[in-house]
Amino acid sequence: MPTELWLGGALVAAFVLYALFGGADFGGGVWDLLASGPRKAEQRALIAKALGPVWEVNHVWLILGVVLLFSGFPRAFAALSVALHVPLTLLLLGIVFRGTAFTFRTYDARGDKVQRRWGLVFSVASMLSPALLGMCVGAVVSGDIRVQGLAVVSGFFSAWLSPFALAVGALALCLFAFLAAVYLTAETREPGLQEDFRRRALGAGVAVFLAALGVLVLAREGAPRVWAGLTGSPFALALHAATAVSAVLAFGLLLARRFWPARVAAAAQVGLIVVGWAASQYPYLVVPDLTLQDTSASTATQRALLVALAV
Amino acid sequence: MDLLYARAQMGLSLAFHIVFAAAGIALPLLMVLSDLKARRTGDADYEVLSRKLAKGTAILFAVGAVSGTVLSFELGLLWPAFMGTYGEVIGLPFALEGTAFFTEAVFLGIYLYGRERIPAGLHLFSGVMVALSGAASAFFVTLVNVFMNHPTGFTPTAGGPVDVDPVAAMFSPGWMHQTAHTLLACYQASAFAMAGIHAFVLLRHPGAAFHRKALSVALPLACVTALLQPLVGHQSAEHVAREQPMKLAAAEGLFETQRGVGLSLGGLPDVETGTTRYALEIPKALSLLAFSDPDAEVKGLKEFPRDEWPPVAKVHLAFQLMVGTGGAMALLAGVTLLLRWRRKAWPEGRRVLWGWLLCGPLGVVAMEAGWLVTEWGRQPWIVRGVMRTAEAVTPVQHLAAPFWTFTLVYLFLGAMVVFLLVRQVAGTLPGREPPEREVSHAH
Ligand code: HDD
Ligand code: HEM
Ligand code: HEM
Repeated sequence: MPTELWLGGALVAAFVLYALFGGADFGGGVWDLLASGPRKAEQRALIAKALGPVWEVNHVWLILGVVLLFSGFPRAFAALSVALHVPLTLLLLGIVFRGTAFTFRTYDARGDKVQRRWGLVFSVASMLSPALLGMCVGAVVSGDIRVQGLAVVSGFFSAWLSPFALAVGALALCLFAFLAAVYLTAETREPGLQEDFRRRALGAGVAVFLAALGVLVLAREGAPRVWAGLTGSPFALALHAATAVSAVLAFGLLLARRFWPARVAAAAQVGLIVVGWAASQYPYLVVPDLTLQDTSASTATQRALLVALAV
Repeated sequence: MDLLYARAQMGLSLAFHIVFAAAGIALPLLMVLSDLKARRTGDADYEVLSRKLAKGTAILFAVGAVSGTVLSFELGLLWPAFMGTYGEVIGLPFALEGTAFFTEAVFLGIYLYGRERIPAGLHLFSGVMVALSGAASAFFVTLVNVFMNHPTGFTPTAGGPVDVDPVAAMFSPGWMHQTAHTLLACYQASAFAMAGIHAFVLLRHPGAAFHRKALSVALPLACVTALLQPLVGHQSAEHVAREQPMKLAAAEGLFETQRGVGLSLGGLPDVETGTTRYALEIPKALSLLAFSDPDAEVKGLKEFPRDEWPPVAKVHLAFQLMVGTGGAMALLAGVTLLLRWRRKAWPEGRRVLWGWLLCGPLGVVAMEAGWLVTEWGRQPWIVRGVMRTAEAVTPVQHLAAPFWTFTLVYLFLGAMVVFLLVRQVAGTLPGREPPEREVSHAH
């Protein structure tokens, strides 16, 4: 297998891991914002406890993805950071505020007004970031980013503000919230809290289904290439069948209150969706002008990167 | 105009990031040192200190992590042509930095959340790993800057670099001095800041035993780094004199090529008249320092095309600031070690404490000035000799907007961090409850 395929695979792996771990952290912030009912404070405490030791590690997968992209596929990175300059900048602001607000809140535990304000910043930033991330993904697959030579010729806004891209943003948000709620059911032994998050997971699951339907409908017009990829090859169909099975499974297990297996099924569902996204746009990195092959770095660099990754 | 905003935003982001990066590298070392002291002396105060430092590390590390994330995106958002063309040449150290960072984050999690839950030996080991991987990530990322100063490992062509050798690029000439100098700078800046804080408390509360112990943890590191740094800096200067004569000429404000050149202290270079005024000169010292020969020839700026000059006045002032503050810190370190040697204990006299208080911020000042020397001294190139900064900048317009946004964000975050750290220190003042204060918020 040529080195650029291995690197492409590593890139997809980084995004899957980021969705599974970093995504759930974002989702935790969403539930922090939506905390309600008699156990409001306990819900927030559980979220903070689950996130505390891990969010920085989880964050590394995003950095890994960016580094792989700019050293393995430099031209694609350059094109994306020009075409998506605005949403990526906003995403950065979201990431900055989410991380710092969470840490400030945790390490300055006094329960005063300052601390509560940080909580609000943390949760709002947690909602905006995944939506922006989804919009960027939507723009990449839609085929609306056009590149000639080294220059981006499609402007700085239309690609990520198309209805299709917005729908992908909504899907990403729902998906991460769903994932977080399912994870949280297995983070506590307290039945009341488990019920809270089980109900939230089921609600978010329905939202995921609706958003996915919306993306599918809009894809026909908004992302013809993906539409063809989704419905065309047998491999893609198998992937989507597997995704559907794990989604149904996750739902069933939640209904049956089998929280640990539900967690695995939900993770599989999200992972498969990311892999499905990658498969449907292969061999393109930026549909329809840049492919994995023609943006790739020299073989020596790619080898060195793969060795560095293996370490 | 947009180029200026892009440069300002990059410079600001880095200047902000490096403070937290330095703390992320050095505080874990100080934390492990006080853990070791706690084990050796059985004194619980050192353990309290280590906990405080760990809390500080967690706050600063988080800010370092997010500001570092901003940087890795900004490389593309602001300089797409640089990354699009040279990303493949210099991606390797970035990838390795990622690995080191991953290790650091994992062990920091274990260290912070495992103090009561895992055996003491394992806990100490994870602290050591945090300190080591922090140093490793600084090492790797500094290699990128070494490459930008002196690119190797590829053949430039009109269509971009060919024959790429990423390992050679990673170890471009000068890598040893520059990484050593930067790492020392990180330790020195943090140790001086810590010593300054505790000296401040001790001046107001002379009896505070906790702070005396804290000072005794910070001082050894501060003294050793402050004495080593001028030596390593001198090596760097010799390298720059040989390989990047234009940068040296700018740093010294030297316009005419001469033999037996003196070292100018202070002074304001004026590019219009090609002179440096108001400077004090130590005869023949520059020739001696840079080439180990009092009569050696040193090239002046006029030797080089005018459109390749860096901003001379800025480079000169930044260099003077770094060397001046470095000298002051080395002096204080020398005096402190002398007193310690004569009295067999770390000095606690008011005069010495005042010295440490005043020098507390200088480490950070010197570190920032040093980066300005190497960045401004490289202009107008982003990769010296092959790509100009103006060619690398993004075509996106209205860069003023992100620049001002991030400026505000950094100011706000900086103020918050200071506020939180003040609260941490206030909790240790003798006989005092931490003061409850309100901050005004920007939302
Ligand atoms: C002298 C040291 C030094 C310098 C010059 C830089 N950094 Fe840095 N960086 C570190 C030392 C460091 C560190 C010690 O490893 C940090 C700081 C605290 C921390 O969290 O790790 C870090 C964190 C850090 C992270 C966070 C990783 C994560 O959250 O997963 C990223 C992405 C970068 N850096 C990227 C950069 C880039 C793109 C730089 C220059 C263009 C840069 N750093 C300059
Ligand atoms: C080690 C990795 C580093 C890389 C890859 C890097 C890269 C860059 C780039 C691409 C620019 C913009 C182009 C330019 O103006 O030269 C820049 C500017 C700048 N950087 Fe660095 N830099 C690094 C480290 C640092 C650090 C740690 C600092 C800390 C203070 C720093 C300070 C600056 C400043 C002040 C500028 C603006 C200079 C100006 O006015 O143009 N750099 N750097
Ligand atoms: C006292 C004597 C010192 C001398 C002679 C000296 C010399 C130098 C030189 C020549 C450079 C430019 C290297 C290049 O661009 O390739 C440099 C850069 C730098 N200096 Fe210093 N320095 C001194 C003290 C300090 C101190 C005390 C600090 C900080 C605590 C410091 C921090 C830095 C940093 C962060 C850089 C940029 C990174 C690098 O290029 O290594 N320096 N120094």
